[in-house]
Amino acid sequence: MKERNTTKQVRTEVEIAGVTLKNPVVTASGTFGSGMEYGDLTDLSQLGAVVTKGVANVPWAGNDVPRIAETPSGMMNAIGLQNPGIDTFIRRDLAFLEKVDTRVIVNVCGRSVEDYCEVVERLSDEKRVDLLEINISCPNVKEGGIAFGQDPKCAMEVTQAVKRAAKVPVIMKLSPNVTDIAEMARAVEAGGADAVSLINTLTGMKIDIHRRTFALANKTGGVSGPAIRPIAVRMVYQAAHAVKIPVIGMGGITCAEDALEFLMAGASAVAVGTAHFHDPLASVKTARGIAEFMEAEGVTDIRELIGCVE
Amino acid sequence: MEAEKVYVKALVREQKPVGTQIFSLLLEEKSIASMAKPGQFLSVYCRDQSRLLPRPISICEADPDAGTLRLVYRIAGEGTREFAGLRSGDTVQVLGPLGNGFPLQEAEGKKVFLIGGGIGIPPMVELARRLPGEKQIIAGYRDEVFLTKELSENGELFIATEDGSTGTKGTVLDCIRENGLHADVIYACGPTPMLRALKEYAAQEGIPCWLSLEQRMACGIGACLACVCKSVEKDEHSQVHNKRICAEGPVFEAGQICL
Repeated sequence: MKERNTTKQVRTEVEIAGVTLKNPVVTASGTFGSGMEYGDLTDLSQLGAVVTKGVANVPWAGNDVPRIAETPSGMMNAIGLQNPGIDTFIRRDLAFLEKVDTRVIVNVCGRSVEDYCEVVERLSDEKRVDLLEINISCPNVKEGGIAFGQDPKCAMEVTQAVKRAAKVPVIMKLSPNVTDIAEMARAVEAGGADAVSLINTLTGMKIDIHRRTFALANKTGGVSGPAIRPIAVRMVYQAAHAVKIPVIGMGGITCAEDALEFLMAGASAVAVGTAHFHDPLASVKTARGIAEFMEAEGVTDIRELIGCVE
Repeated sequence: MEAEKVYVKALVREQKPVGTQIFSLLLEEKSIASMAKPGQFLSVYCRDQSRLLPRPISICEADPDAGTLRLVYRIAGEGTREFAGLRSGDTVQVLGPLGNGFPLQEAEGKKVFLIGGGIGIPPMVELARRLPGEKQIIAGYRDEVFLTKELSENGELFIATEDGSTGTKGTVLDCIRENGLHADVIYACGPTPMLRALKEYAAQEGIPCWLSLEQRMACGIGACLACVCKSVEKDEHSQVHNKRICAEGPVFEAGQICL
């Protein structure tokens, strides 16, 4: 952040909407809390940024259990965005992050445009927040429950509203549960987004054949993990070619090799998520592994790799 | 909650079956063995990368002097089947000790029930060992019994089996009634119907009751909010009526939670 973080001659810094990350590896929202729980297992300052679990204007209770199920090379979750609300988040989570030498990206969820804007306004005086990430995979209660991120017009409108309220750059996190991801990326870019991140989880379903019911109480859940990685790489590539704003890529990244696919497909940064459940050190190891790859391949600046596959 | 934990490769010292589909895994891991408290658990990771979630397994025994931990678990799927294939000299990735464990101080000067049901029985071994006072252990099995030697060495053991093959035919509560047992405090781990019945029994008897819960887990350390249970009061961490089983639990005072 303050000084250039380099391993030997390798430059790993990337820039997202004017904010410099010491390396391109961040945590995927919802898999890492606010870093507090991982802080005694891993060195958070080795990360490009901590992306916090989604926070709403008021506490959300989330879904009934079971909330998760393992799937082949992945998992499915329907936590239901349980969160303690913005007041507790500021008092506890942001206070914790005050002491951590990394960038802070606060993920915001809501059930209406007003919900999102209320959170964004409450965060506007918080100096610790470097970037906002808006989760538009939440159901829009006023539009019958379709996710904001599944309708280009809704996605653009929420982007415009959030941009008016925000004092820091805004990343719109896209849902992959759409026919044309490029169209969604263009819609939020048109709404003023400073960056996009993708992919959120893919909606799935698992049946427990012995109990003859759904594996999750919510019936459906979001699939994540290595199983979805090729889909994520394809969507990141399409989004990166559709917009001029930076793309943060994610979906099943477990190691540097996985992350490099996303960078080469056009992502300026990457997020490690579900892999933390298999290895709490996965994001830090990914960051280190990228630097090692660059050294081994004689790459001096990570920007040489970003989007190098046309 | 702020207990130390480590993410390490533990050395397998011994693996042996203790029942049908039930295995005992002895691990050498000095730091976890020295920190572990009865009722805590380990996240055990599969080597097969296609199974990416850790399996939470309770600590059956922890010997700080020998630096060993014993896990007793049932094969419930492909992950635990993989663990059953571990052999002496292998290593296995673990994270722990996790969770709060049973509050030993609540038993001071009191007569205690230690109640285990099925694969909830193993944590009662280390708990019995570390509780110095008067204690009666009630173990409920479907049919086949296991760990009876370890349990009877550390307290007065009563057995219930569903099929009546050993001890009382019926549930742990049937066993308590049949033997006319009474206690001042209860510690229990087992299937939810058993815990629900014990919660009700403890309320009727007017005695404190500590229950160890189970739920599917992902991170195991309180970050992902997968393994919650409903709480009576609004929880300080969540700000809603949810407590994290892996972090605030797995052991809760029965009156705090909804089952």
